Amino acid sequence: MNEITRQLRERAKQLLQEGTVDCVIGYAQGSVPMQEQPFFAYTPEEADKLVWTGFCTNNLANFLIKRSGKNAVVAQGCVSRNIVGLIKENQVQRENVYILGVHSPGMIDAHKVQNHFPGKTIVQVEEDGKDIVVQGMDFEERLPRKKFKRDNCFTCTHRNAVLYDEFIGEEGPQTGGGKIDNVAAPWEKLDSDQRWEAFEQTFKDCIRCYACRNVCPLCYCDVCFVDENNPQWVGKSLHEPDVYTFHILRAFHCAGRCTDCGACESACPVGIKMRRLTSKIEKDIRQLYGYQPGLDLETPAPLSLYQPNDPDVAE
Amino acid sequence: MHDKIIAKKDLDSFVRSLAQSRDVFAPVRDKASMGWAQIDSADNLEFDFLNTDFSPKAFFFPQNERLMHFTNSSRDEDGMIMEEEPPRDREQVLLNIRPCDAKAFCVLDLVFCQDENAPDVYWKDKRDKTVLIGLACKAPCPTCFCTSVNCGPHHEEGLDMLLVDLGEDLLARPLTDKGQELAADLQDAPQEAVDQAAGQKKASEEAITSTVDMSKINERPVLEEYEHPYFDRVFEACINCGTCTFYCPTCHCFDIQDETQDEFGHRVRNWDTCMSWLFTHHTSGHNPRGTKKDRVRQRFMHKFKYMPIKLGGAIGCVGCGRCTRKCPVNIDVRTVVNSMNE
Amino acid sequence: MNNPYLPYPVRIQRVEIATEDKSLRTFDFEFIHPEHAEAFTYLPGQFAELSVPGYGEAPIGIASSPTEGSHLTFTVSKAGVVTSKLHSMEEGEIMGVRGPLGHPYPLGEMEGKNIVILAGGYAVTTLRSTMVWLLHPDNRDKYGEITFVYGARTPGMLLYKDLLEEWDARSDVNTYITIDNEVEGWDKYVGFVPQIADQVSPKPDNAVALVCGPPVMIKFTQPVLDKMGWTGDQIIMSLENRMKCGVGICGRCNVGPYYVCKDGPVFTKAQLDELPKEY
Repeated sequence: MNEITRQLRERAKQLLQEGTVDCVIGYAQGSVPMQEQPFFAYTPEEADKLVWTGFCTNNLANFLIKRSGKNAVVAQGCVSRNIVGLIKENQVQRENVYILGVHSPGMIDAHKVQNHFPGKTIVQVEEDGKDIVVQGMDFEERLPRKKFKRDNCFTCTHRNAVLYDEFIGEEGPQTGGGKIDNVAAPWEKLDSDQRWEAFEQTFKDCIRCYACRNVCPLCYCDVCFVDENNPQWVGKSLHEPDVYTFHILRAFHCAGRCTDCGACESACPVGIKMRRLTSKIEKDIRQLYGYQPGLDLETPAPLSLYQPNDPDVAE
Repeated sequence: MHDKIIAKKDLDSFVRSLAQSRDVFAPVRDKASMGWAQIDSADNLEFDFLNTDFSPKAFFFPQNERLMHFTNSSRDEDGMIMEEEPPRDREQVLLNIRPCDAKAFCVLDLVFCQDENAPDVYWKDKRDKTVLIGLACKAPCPTCFCTSVNCGPHHEEGLDMLLVDLGEDLLARPLTDKGQELAADLQDAPQEAVDQAAGQKKASEEAITSTVDMSKINERPVLEEYEHPYFDRVFEACINCGTCTFYCPTCHCFDIQDETQDEFGHRVRNWDTCMSWLFTHHTSGHNPRGTKKDRVRQRFMHKFKYMPIKLGGAIGCVGCGRCTRKCPVNIDVRTVVNSMNE
Repeated sequence: MNNPYLPYPVRIQRVEIATEDKSLRTFDFEFIHPEHAEAFTYLPGQFAELSVPGYGEAPIGIASSPTEGSHLTFTVSKAGVVTSKLHSMEEGEIMGVRGPLGHPYPLGEMEGKNIVILAGGYAVTTLRSTMVWLLHPDNRDKYGEITFVYGARTPGMLLYKDLLEEWDARSDVNTYITIDNEVEGWDKYVGFVPQIADQVSPKPDNAVALVCGPPVMIKFTQPVLDKMGWTGDQIIMSLENRMKCGVGICGRCNVGPYYVCKDGPVFTKAQLDELPKEY
């Protein structure tokens, strides 16, 4: 057990025991490799199941929406930024959430690890310092953790929780080492035809399971535009226009709100890289409005208000 | 029917002859994923893989399928009258299909063809025109639990022929008249090959260590199982996406929609999912499965309680483990069933 | 092999605004091909998918009785995409009907028994079918006493007024028509269906009750029937759920293991007591 997990369990137990919170939302160890499970601890005994590892790839802010009672939640940088966003959008009340801030180790990309072993069945993956140890049915290999981090964790700018009631463990380095602008940059070099082609390539495998949407803490609309059936805005098929409309509209709906938590990419069963779309939007919002979502409770989101001097076009 | 044998080096001519008058599909690797692709030779065939990422159910039940068409004009004399889409004009072969996926078709036959006089013609047409050549499982994965849901790594039900990988050779066991016909030119297998296949079957079955127990689920009345306290917890992590249902080889729920463009119209069916709130939403606004708990419970009750009651004991699960491997929040069907059984 | 998804083409023969608030219209359909009329053999309690190409299908209870001839009657509430379109359609237009679907009321098992019908709002449609069928000279003698209680919000919301008059005038059926509140000129009953049922106090001995109405009516009728000693297997209800295929395949209308479309829509209360309340 790592140190953060130990401290987390201890604090969770205390919070539940004192009645400070009704529930602690964290992760429990998953039953398959590289996949911890969002977990809801209501009793001190259940708190003993909590873990904090590099396989915590969901965004727990998602589970705070429409939830009653007072909940503690484990939050690294991106998740805490989403909580800030939800508070600003009146989806979560600050007094009803107790944020257990953590530093993100940078989460492991299960798609990348699996792709490293094509055709092989992975049985177990364990973290060991700067490495991960991958065990298969008939092999074992040690890989450098850094190489298998999720793309968004690589370009992360806020690995420590930005808003918290208490911090579990020590704050660590803020950045993941990569440059976020380089993620968006490839699009910028392409002309519009090439962009469209690259876009089509990116989203061609979509099966419309909506895991990306449902795992996202920004997608809390009562009725999503793709589900609305009177009138029906979008067809339900896998035809390109239907699929693309879904992804483009969803990405734009998240503009100025997305914290680049990467939960959508981790959840996607076919490994679509949604961030190819969202990273460009993130960059535009940052450069045009000087805004990064979820860093404080005061600054209004740029697309939620109108100002006469709003910028028009990206440079 | 005698077991036959075919050397892997002779497989190419076997595939080529199959492909002469039929569309042949097989699991083929595309980078790290295994998908179904049309083949006309044995070039890309693989024998060491777990299973395809997606179940082959789309061969008989495509994610989007046109059922009928109509002329979208009430001025036209024949307008606004639905006409059936034409049936398939060629036979097809699914080669190297895993036994669990073939078993799933047998379960779905009970659903789609429950009414002999009016079966789902779209499903039945494709089923009738398809030959299934299975490939027994050599190395089941830790998430496989087929042996506890009426299936197994060498399960023969639903297959026309079962292939067992013996290294240099494949044992070919014809199981139906169609299978017999395709194996007609193959040589009879020597006893030692038959024994080897039997040994492999035993070893594969023993390699499956995951199990589920449904004994108490079967005994309990519907309402008692429905009110099981476990359902108060299992849904918590669920995000209500459709991943499990889309990957599942026995999930068969669908929506029917009309699509029109100018003078043409189609009635189309699309996969749907019980995970979606819209699935059961009444026009009045009332929703009989309005909460996430209701929907998660429905999925597991449907597979492990309702289907066995409705389909003479058939379980809506073949133990392929896809839902567990693909779930973004690690809802593990084995844990769910065993907890439902507590 | 019959394609269960293929609707029979029909022509709208008659459209009538059925209620004062114009939310309901009654449609008569005639089959375009006589062999389809022949193939469409149904009994009261069954439903069909009304199929409007380009818009979709809506499952609606059949309001006509097979004793009335080969046309079909449906009374449709304007609610969703399909029914809204239907409300804009006119006599002579062509669309489709797919069915008959589901099980009818157990008319055979009901023979020799007294029959109590409790209907509220526009759920009366399949009970109209039932009444017409029961009162037909071929059938009336097979059944005992018939009691028909039907309530609507206002006089203008009552459906099938001509028939109601006719039944009211007959001596072989006890008709109780009621509205929610007193209105000038109204000389029949006033009060909700459960209250009237309480007043009428139908006896459960050798009797069957068909209960159809909005959930709130069902909820308050139940204790009234319980008090009089009715048992679950004597009370027959008709359920509604969202449907698509209508033939037990598409998976959405189930109540426990049973599909409302294929195994229902008619269930006894005793059956429903053993099932989840997912309707």
